[in-house]
Amino acid sequence: MPQYETVIGLEAHVELKTRAKIFCDSTTEFGGAPNTHVCPVCLGLPGALPVVNKKVVEYAIRAALALNCKIAEFSKFDRKNYYYPDMPKNYQISQYDLPIAKHGCLEIDTANGVKKIGITRLHMEEDTGKLVHQGTITTTPFSLVDYNRAGVPLIEIVSEPDLRSPEEARQYMEKLRTVILYTGVSDCKMEEGSLRCDANISVRPVGTGGFGTKAEIKNLNSFKSLQRSLAFEAERQIKTLEAGGKIVQETRTWDEGKGETLSLRSKEYAHDYRYLPDPDLVPLLIDRQWVADIRNSLPEMPDQRRLRYVKEYGLPAYDAAILTNTKELADYFEECVKAYPHPKAISNWIMGDLNRLLNLHGIEITGCKVTPQNLASLLMLIGRGTISGKIAKTVFAEMFAGGKAAETIVKEKGLTQISDKRVIVAIVDEVLARNPGPVEDYKAGRERALGFLVGQVMKASQGKANPELANKLLREKL
Amino acid sequence: MITKKDVEHVALLSRLELTGPEKDMYTRQLNDILEHFQFLARLDTENVQPTAHVLPLQNVFREDWAGLHISREDALANCPDQEENYFKVPKIV
Ligand SMILES: [Zn+2]
Repeated sequence: MPQYETVIGLEAHVELKTRAKIFCDSTTEFGGAPNTHVCPVCLGLPGALPVVNKKVVEYAIRAALALNCKIAEFSKFDRKNYYYPDMPKNYQISQYDLPIAKHGCLEIDTANGVKKIGITRLHMEEDTGKLVHQGTITTTPFSLVDYNRAGVPLIEIVSEPDLRSPEEARQYMEKLRTVILYTGVSDCKMEEGSLRCDANISVRPVGTGGFGTKAEIKNLNSFKSLQRSLAFEAERQIKTLEAGGKIVQETRTWDEGKGETLSLRSKEYAHDYRYLPDPDLVPLLIDRQWVADIRNSLPEMPDQRRLRYVKEYGLPAYDAAILTNTKELADYFEECVKAYPHPKAISNWIMGDLNRLLNLHGIEITGCKVTPQNLASLLMLIGRGTISGKIAKTVFAEMFAGGKAAETIVKEKGLTQISDKRVIVAIVDEVLARNPGPVEDYKAGRERALGFLVGQVMKASQGKANPELANKLLREKL
Repeated sequence: MITKKDVEHVALLSRLELTGPEKDMYTRQLNDILEHFQFLARLDTENVQPTAHVLPLQNVFREDWAGLHISREDALANCPDQEENYFKVPKIV
């Protein structure tokens, strides 16, 4: 029995966050009552003429540069013909042989180190309308159509078939999302459909060249469903081949509930789009100065930023990867460092208590009530010994909930650490008197008893005793 | 060479219902058109750029300004069938 390897290529659709649609002035705003964000152009009424939104071209170039693509000098729009009521014109305006950008790449971190995934092309196109069915598409007696999304700008990013496992596919999509978010051209929300993905997958015996027959999987609206559906599909294909069967080139849809891919056996999905240049739209000659200006306006990208964090701040690679995962979190971190130049201490707090509370409450870093300055002040209080690390956690939770400054909370609650030797000595004496057993244990050489006694001192001081001092004084007394 | 099968395929893609004689006629006509292109293909186009558009225009842009849209009544005015402000279409697959 041969060993198989999986070959995957992904097509990602990213919705650009422009104000107006790609070829008309209708708003791109999400939601809205059905068929209210439409005009003669996006409804495909006779005589209406599309004109491309300049911001869409700029955003496409911006994303393409972030993905290391070459920007075309000459580009044009084409009609992709198909009969399906999600487009009122019976064609979708897309780009065929002269896309805005080609030949990019994206690096992902795999178990075997960094892997470069090729990007074949990036092109602009319009989104389609939304169909509403009663029940499923095959059982519904009719469909209802809302054209509010028709004409919303998209970029499609096509990868090379360089991915070799469902996990790599998920990593690629996550990295793509990170990079696009850094560029600011989309909010990349998979659950709202502003980032979507179709996958092409085939299997082949290890060591053979060429490709097996591929299946295309649609309807992947989360990273989890992407990875799960590909794992299912790879196994299905291998089982089919092992049983002496043949893979049929087809489109399959992922059924999240059943956890399986299902064939969409329909002539409607036949890929015969008869592309032709759209005569309503004139070609684009992309000015090199424009490209240079867009390139100069890009922020530092996550890969560079991560490397810089290791080099400049001496952070472990793990910390650097998490901190640079979103631009907002990385900016937050750097603001903290400016106010309190101890990167590792800040990183620990961000990756620890801060991230934990953000996840718990489903809040983004941009909505966090603890400002970088306030987090820095909290760490200063710990650094100076005003409060203990343990108390700091309580203070932080309160800062997170109410947005108050650390000093204010410490003052209001009287949480200042006790570093007065006389006060601690008194507590130590009391603890020793009340715990003759552990004292004997310690004297008999059981070090662990000391930990217990320190704990008792901390408890008696309501956590406010300076733990190092308590430790030291206990040892002296014993 | 275009066969009757090609014509049937293209007719299906375009949702056209053709009669037998029509299929024969279009097969003949489409082959005539192709033949004419073969005649054109004899021209030397070595130094001619492919034409992407017949007008000498490029880079016609609109600004990213959202505003113009039409009322829902107007949007649905030409629609043969509607329901709850949606366009209503027959079963698709
Ligand atoms: Zn419109």
